[in-house]
Amino acid sequence: MPTPTSLKYSKTHEWVKVEGTNASVGITGHAQEALGDITFVELPKVGADVKKDNACCVIESVKAASDINAPLSGKVSEVNESLETAPESVNSDPYGAGWIFKLSNVNSSDAAGLMDAKAYDAFLESDQ
Amino acid sequence: MSYIANTESQRREMLKVCGVRSIHDLFADIPERLRPKSFSLPQGKSEFEAFAHFEKLAGQNYAHLTCFVGGGFYDHFIPAAVDALASRSEFYTAYTPYQPELSQGTLQAIYEYQTGICRLTGLDVANASLYDGGTALYEACQMAIHATGRRKVIMDGGVNPIYRKMIRSYTANLSIEFVETPVTHGLKASKESNDFDSVTGQSDRKRLFEALDDRTAAVLLQNPNFFGVIDDHSDIVKKAHDLGIIAIQSVYPVALSLLKTPAEQGFDIATGEGQSLGIPLSFGGPYLGFMAAKKALVRKMPGRIAARTVDMSGRSGFVLSLQAREQHIRREKATSNICTNEALCALRAHLYLSLLGKEGLKTVAQLCFDKAHYAKERIKAIPYVKVMESSPTFNEFTVKLPIDAGECVGRMVELGFAAGFPLGRYYEGMENYLLVAVTEKRTKYEIGRLAEALEAVVCQ
Amino acid sequence: MSIIFEKSVPDRKGVTLPACDVPKTRQIPEIYRRKKDASLCELSELDVVRHFTALSRKNYGVDTNFYPLGSCTMKYNPKITEKIAALEGFSQLHPLLPQLRRGGMLTQGALAVLYELETLLCEILGMDAFTVHPMAGAHGELTGMMLIAAYHRDKGSRKTEILIPDEAHGTNPSSAAIAGFTVRSVPTNTDTGMLDLVALESMIGEQTAGIMMTNPNTLGLFNFQIEKIAALAHQYDAQLYYDGANLNAILGKFRPGDADFDVVHVNLHKTFATPHGGGGPGAGPVGVKKHLEPFLPISRITTRPDNTYALNYDFPKSIGYIAPFYGNFAVCLRAYAYILMQGGQGLIEVSENAVLNANYIMHSLKNDFHVPYLKTCMHECVVSAKNQAEHDIHAIDIAKALIDEGFHPPTVYFPLIVKEAMMIEPTETESKETLDAFIGAMKRIAIAAKETPQALRAAPRTTPVGRLDETKAARDMDVCFLG
Repeated sequence: MPTPTSLKYSKTHEWVKVEGTNASVGITGHAQEALGDITFVELPKVGADVKKDNACCVIESVKAASDINAPLSGKVSEVNESLETAPESVNSDPYGAGWIFKLSNVNSSDAAGLMDAKAYDAFLESDQ
Repeated sequence: MSYIANTESQRREMLKVCGVRSIHDLFADIPERLRPKSFSLPQGKSEFEAFAHFEKLAGQNYAHLTCFVGGGFYDHFIPAAVDALASRSEFYTAYTPYQPELSQGTLQAIYEYQTGICRLTGLDVANASLYDGGTALYEACQMAIHATGRRKVIMDGGVNPIYRKMIRSYTANLSIEFVETPVTHGLKASKESNDFDSVTGQSDRKRLFEALDDRTAAVLLQNPNFFGVIDDHSDIVKKAHDLGIIAIQSVYPVALSLLKTPAEQGFDIATGEGQSLGIPLSFGGPYLGFMAAKKALVRKMPGRIAARTVDMSGRSGFVLSLQAREQHIRREKATSNICTNEALCALRAHLYLSLLGKEGLKTVAQLCFDKAHYAKERIKAIPYVKVMESSPTFNEFTVKLPIDAGECVGRMVELGFAAGFPLGRYYEGMENYLLVAVTEKRTKYEIGRLAEALEAVVCQ
Repeated sequence: MSIIFEKSVPDRKGVTLPACDVPKTRQIPEIYRRKKDASLCELSELDVVRHFTALSRKNYGVDTNFYPLGSCTMKYNPKITEKIAALEGFSQLHPLLPQLRRGGMLTQGALAVLYELETLLCEILGMDAFTVHPMAGAHGELTGMMLIAAYHRDKGSRKTEILIPDEAHGTNPSSAAIAGFTVRSVPTNTDTGMLDLVALESMIGEQTAGIMMTNPNTLGLFNFQIEKIAALAHQYDAQLYYDGANLNAILGKFRPGDADFDVVHVNLHKTFATPHGGGGPGAGPVGVKKHLEPFLPISRITTRPDNTYALNYDFPKSIGYIAPFYGNFAVCLRAYAYILMQGGQGLIEVSENAVLNANYIMHSLKNDFHVPYLKTCMHECVVSAKNQAEHDIHAIDIAKALIDEGFHPPTVYFPLIVKEAMMIEPTETESKETLDAFIGAMKRIAIAAKETPQALRAAPRTTPVGRLDETKAARDMDVCFLG
């Protein structure tokens, strides 16, 4: 699965799409593959404040339960409720239909520390 | 008695393959200075000698006393088929079913057991077992704390005092606030008149409603309560839910075949002690903690859960599921640390429920109720003795004696009875009160003899 | 095979109960009754017996197959212990009896069993006092953590961290966390298989309440740095905890008490041969040194001047009640019987044979599988399916193929620090012929991995069901029969 160039990436394998003071967040192709078949996503509460690099929700597969970190600080404005009945979209389309939550009130300067697609791919290479 | 098969000559062959001269070489990593400073144990006994030793020890226990003691643990009849089937070694020498293809027997039995607990409690999901009713209640508390993010718990005084002590012990290192409400109306008045008639009643709504607030995570109630009293907690549950509090009920499974279920009363979680379902008293264990909950709470449930699925050819089968929450995957973030649980005891409970069946369990419960009522009538007739009757009871009731209950019980032992449990042990001021339990095993004759002996003791 | 509830026939009766011999003058008031009966089974006794007999025949147990699960110690469960546990003087004894006035005299035999077991465990582990209240190993770990917390609280020190090796069993960090501690993971040096002492030294400090160790560790290796670790821990008054899951390796060869461990737990259902039951009941007694004794849970069994036993609740610093009564008595009873039958010399032979059996397997398979630590192992050896990965065969495939060969697979994917780990613990009760058969099967599988890998991936094929869809199970969550 190629890494989309329009997105930014965190070291803990989340992707972010920043649009002004809003952002969308999901997990990367690498992350969904490592987790295996996703069985459940514990979505964050709409309206909750999240802090950069802090765990804000949990994603479960048969063999693992992983924390998803907020790549930026902000307020949860929307969650992908379709994941409640179809968590498998995180596996099949992690960058599209498998988005997990959206944030408002984000500070775009927070995004400065995130990697671009090229840097993320290099990061994956070195981590192997 | 040795269970080692290999002979000296076989060991020599194996040592050669390992490339060492003697078994001692295999322990070379343990330096001399770390060897045991002492390892002085008695010489091993043969099977025959061992059995004689234990027959002697067993003979020193008064297991033959006619039992009217309960307190959450009851002398119920256990059908012979429970022992026969639970002692099949394919069940009891098996390990936790991590390789499901080899453990379909255990896994299907657990799935069926979970179903039985759901049908008894009326709730949606149940787990494979916890250690006992006390740890089950504690785990339910923890579920509520995690689910609500709040740190205050209300415990009704009618909840088994041993369980309340256990919960406080487990949470001593965590910052959780406990509030206990008494099972009384106007305890102060009772203390003045030294009459606990109202103590052995139902949950004190006034005190409970005062205590429930939006900082409360959970309210813990028991039905029947420790005094044997039956209640309908629906009103308390409604108030709890209005405040976002999780309602938990600790229950007596045999009674549930007749009594209003936790689900009917609106409870979110039901826990309890499964010893009454085909598990011998065995001086305190092993027992069986069961837990059932509303569907929405399933991911917060501790312990194992068996789930139905299919294999690659579409054949139906069972696996342990939701393991991602458990300690071997989540480690320090796990919802609970439980690993080994009480699987064989759960199997016994499922066997018991299957053998007695729908009608059988109701019959057991009805017999318990009827015989307890008869016992009340016989004891009521004894001069100077009062039976607490302010509220309906199931198979356990409280008796007020003219003498110290502990002293009374001591003398009843000499007459061949374990007459009941002296409540002063756990409830201050109740030294003259005795908790008497009656099960389907107690005959009319035994109950009559109990009453006669009790009369002889108190009227001396 | 159908679910038992599907077999119900309306109005079919099971076990009969006696008729009611007392007058029925009261009813449970309507408002307290359930609206509809619980839909439990309606089957005859034979129906039930056939159902459960059929279920049992779908199970593997120690009595049916070799069960080399690493760290589980699946040794033979002596049948005599079942007969002992069934003695009515034990099985019919109500736990509240000794809490009655002069009630201790009603249960002297039972109290003797528990007291003697505690005494024997003290000698076996080198500790000063024991409690048999914990009802499982993880429960023992939690109890141990609570004792450590109580100890520090009593001293007024605010120590909040527990250090745990990364190869430790998951119950270690989860027990510590549940007791209210923060957990930090100490890395293992993957070259030596030993705890990274340098890392430990950098992580330990005034905030460290305790360190949890398993010895031999989960790689099956004896940790020879144990004295250094103990000295380091005690420099900061951190309590050293011993996880006794691997005790079967070192009976009579090493006692944690001698190596300055402050608190230990043992698993009676592992080392002391009580049955695993398909997932319990077990028991996890906890032993302590004198300085932790005041905090042990109550009640405790003490002896009176006339040598009778009594229950004693007078321990003001106790952590309180961690069990409803005295522990899983019937499990303790079986373990006590086992220890009496083995005797001191017998226990030593248990460990010697357990270690020999594990080393024999390791040396027999070292040319077929990668052995990450090719040095003397203890009662279990860790091999890896690393070399089979080039044929796209993984530990799980080897495990499933073993099933078709008639063996329960070893533990796979644990410890986490070894890729494609397979942890094999034969135990001392297995014969050389069984080990040779297992070794033969593993060698055949190693060849099949090269020559016919697709056959391995289809395994198992001889079991009632094949590989099950665990994803579907977690997504559908059918955990209660609704039919």
